[in-house]
Amino acid sequence: MTEPPFLFLPRECFQALLATLAGQGFHCKGPQLHDGSIVYAELAEASQLPRGVRDRQAPGEYRIETGADARCFAWANGAQGLKPYLFAPQEVLWQAERHADHTQFHETLPQARPIAFIGARACDLAALALQDAHFLQQDYVDPYYARRRENLFIVAVDCSHPAATCFCASTGDGPAASAGYDIALAELEEGYVARAGSARGQGVLEQLALDPASAAQQDSATRQHQQAVSAQTRRLPSRNLHDVLFAQLEHPRWEEVAERCLSCGNCTSVCPTCFCHHELEQPQLDGTRSDHVREWDSCFTQGHSYIHGIVVRSETKFRYRQWLTHKLGSWHEQYGRSGCVGCGRCLTWCPVGIDLTEEVAAICGDANE
Amino acid sequence: MNNPYLPWEAEVVERVQESDSIFTLRLRLTDPEARNHYRFVPGQFNMVYLYGVGEVAISIVSDPESEALLDHTIRAVGRVTHGLAKLQAGERVGIRGPFGRGWPMPLAEGRDVFIVTGGLGCAPVVGVINYVLARRTRFGRVCIVQGVKHAEDMIWRERYAEWSAHPDVQVLLAAEHGGVLWPWHVGLATELFDQAVIEPSRTIVMMCGPEGMMRAAARGLMQRGIAPEEIYLSMERNMQCGVGHCGHCQFGGSFICRNGPVYRYSEVRELLGVKGF
Amino acid sequence: MRNRPRVAIHKFSSCDGCQLAFLNLGEALLTAAELVEFVHFAEAGPVAPDEKVDIAFVEGSLSTPHELERIRQVRANSTYLVTIGACATSGGVQALRNMADAGQWVAGIYAQPQYIESLATVSPIAQHVPVDLELWGCPVTSRQIVAAIRALLFGVLPVEENDKVCLECKRRQQVCVMVSKGEPCMGPVTRTGCGALCPSFGRDCYGCFGPAENPNTTALSRRFAGLGLLPEQVAQRFLFINNAAPAFHAAGLKAREDSHD
Repeated sequence: MTEPPFLFLPRECFQALLATLAGQGFHCKGPQLHDGSIVYAELAEASQLPRGVRDRQAPGEYRIETGADARCFAWANGAQGLKPYLFAPQEVLWQAERHADHTQFHETLPQARPIAFIGARACDLAALALQDAHFLQQDYVDPYYARRRENLFIVAVDCSHPAATCFCASTGDGPAASAGYDIALAELEEGYVARAGSARGQGVLEQLALDPASAAQQDSATRQHQQAVSAQTRRLPSRNLHDVLFAQLEHPRWEEVAERCLSCGNCTSVCPTCFCHHELEQPQLDGTRSDHVREWDSCFTQGHSYIHGIVVRSETKFRYRQWLTHKLGSWHEQYGRSGCVGCGRCLTWCPVGIDLTEEVAAICGDANE
Repeated sequence: MNNPYLPWEAEVVERVQESDSIFTLRLRLTDPEARNHYRFVPGQFNMVYLYGVGEVAISIVSDPESEALLDHTIRAVGRVTHGLAKLQAGERVGIRGPFGRGWPMPLAEGRDVFIVTGGLGCAPVVGVINYVLARRTRFGRVCIVQGVKHAEDMIWRERYAEWSAHPDVQVLLAAEHGGVLWPWHVGLATELFDQAVIEPSRTIVMMCGPEGMMRAAARGLMQRGIAPEEIYLSMERNMQCGVGHCGHCQFGGSFICRNGPVYRYSEVRELLGVKGF
Repeated sequence: MRNRPRVAIHKFSSCDGCQLAFLNLGEALLTAAELVEFVHFAEAGPVAPDEKVDIAFVEGSLSTPHELERIRQVRANSTYLVTIGACATSGGVQALRNMADAGQWVAGIYAQPQYIESLATVSPIAQHVPVDLELWGCPVTSRQIVAAIRALLFGVLPVEENDKVCLECKRRQQVCVMVSKGEPCMGPVTRTGCGALCPSFGRDCYGCFGPAENPNTTALSRRFAGLGLLPEQVAQRFLFINNAAPAFHAAGLKAREDSHD
């Protein structure tokens, strides 16, 4: 396949992109400023985008700064990316109905509302590929995830302003979107350099009848990308850490991090690749029906490792070790790569600012070389 | 699309009290088509659903060729299992399954079968014992070693007697704390291995029980000349989805519900019994 | 349990707010009344405190000599004893007097303190009688009450909800008030069950559901100090509604010690 042409979407035409997607039946979800953070929500108007907004991130800290410029994607990310739109934080899997002489089970698949997700980052797309591998490409397909995934349309935006917590360049997942999108945009002052990543995406771009991007615009986008790469100061070793992590199961650092760790599960909740969930029952008071629900769980809870009266991971050091050895170690065995896409969310949204890259450096010895 | 999360309805055909806290539910899928399609091998498990309360993973102990009756031997220890303990014949539950990888029964044919169980969690190998004894001529010698902490933890004493009455079946029992009514070995199960009349070169081992015990047993058996790849064991962790999605049973590079619960010893030896995994 | 289990709702030292979780059930209260018989529920009408019941819901802490006698009677009269709310479960806000000279307080407030019969210390129900189930919260929610009644009717105990508030907060996609605004949120050490109510209104959790499992109060205290809280302010985060819950009590005292250093 030949390289798709680079087109130019003037800033004032962004609304036309939304309208075209809406015209094809998509509900657009996109980034907005809410409660002091970038969050993804229903996006009907381009004016809802976080214009002039910057995010300042550090371990345990997220602050928004607003400027006067026209850029709408000049921030790194918020706590949540794509994950909640496919792997729902809470959903009913099925209902059991009790009758006098029998029990009936009804599946409750989600009503598929086709979503166009605007503003996905390269890290989100890498994470999406891993969630797909987990929920769709094993012996069993998760029909709930699959239903939402089927109709998803993705407009990615290359990351031009990575946060201090970002390290996607070192994991090889960003900052520019390289796969898994329908349309990708690189935001410049005056608008967007657009490229299609799928036939669907190409169709949408054709409908917009855009001019080709100029050589200068393409150069700006390239320069911007290079700056976004070099702006990243944190890094994770790109090699497979499985063996080194499992050789360090008794490293004193596990104890040390456990003294700081709240085992609150914020890291796993914001991690775009974490997939753990538990199932629970919500019976109606009259007893005639019961909803079987699943919701996000975390390997930092007591319930996660409970078996018949025993908690396998009673202590925080075991929970942190489980998370890190799985995410950066066993993932290689299970999914052929590390489970970390370098989005930095677990650093930022950790209430006490535990820095995964720092822990890896301490345990593996050479992470920040 | 086939939904692996959705249970089938099953009827409690019979309920047998095995000991104070252990009982067996004999279940039958109510949908004839589901019943016809249902196939399992010993060592696999079902997610058994108690209406309004929740699901729990239970090993299937009945014979895979028996007439569509699925026996589940359960110890009442948590919320769901305490609730299941109150069920009576005729009541309805839900079943999803069978899940996971069972025991390598075809590989065991024609060979000596060495079964080691410890503690109370011996249900996964009971299915194997029943399976082998029902097809006695297809297997070589059978040795069953069971170890418990306290003599009173030994349930099914009659069943052990029944088993040892079969030709070439040896049953060896051990309790760490015996007492006056304990006629068998006082000590560890591994101390009985020397009494086992088996030929190491033609033996396949199947184990379940506490991980520390299984690790010690595997080492003891390897010292007696049994190759590590001939040792199989059944693992246990929190299981909720049964299909490798929910993450609770993640163990090293695998999900026990999907890649296990039966493993070759060599597949799990590194983390077996390591606290916190 | 018999066909229609008998239920009593007893009040001890409390504000009556937890009983409201029953009254606030609305239509579901009618369903509940069909499933169980409310034998004693003074706030709603029926008064028969000495009847034998299947389930006794107990609100409030034990703070008078008379209450110590009453709770023994309640225990003797009931098959299941369920504490509802922070007062019954951890002692409640009134347990703050355990750290003060209660006699002096009474003398300072009442004109004729000799008429006030109160114990020097306040205790949760479980300190004096065995408790079968504890529901945390100030107040408990109707959802918890429904789950408890339904589970007991099914013949099982409800699931213990002991995860941290953060998990629920994240499931609801709330923006973390500690990370985004520097608020001293108690969510990371507090038991879930409220639906992350306070953070959903942009404010910090104040721990009204009591300690979660495995709470790292030391690390959170350190973080609060980093956010600019003085040791006494840190102490007050813990020594509030669930001040007598052991994990919070210890953390509060530790912070106070630091203020004296």
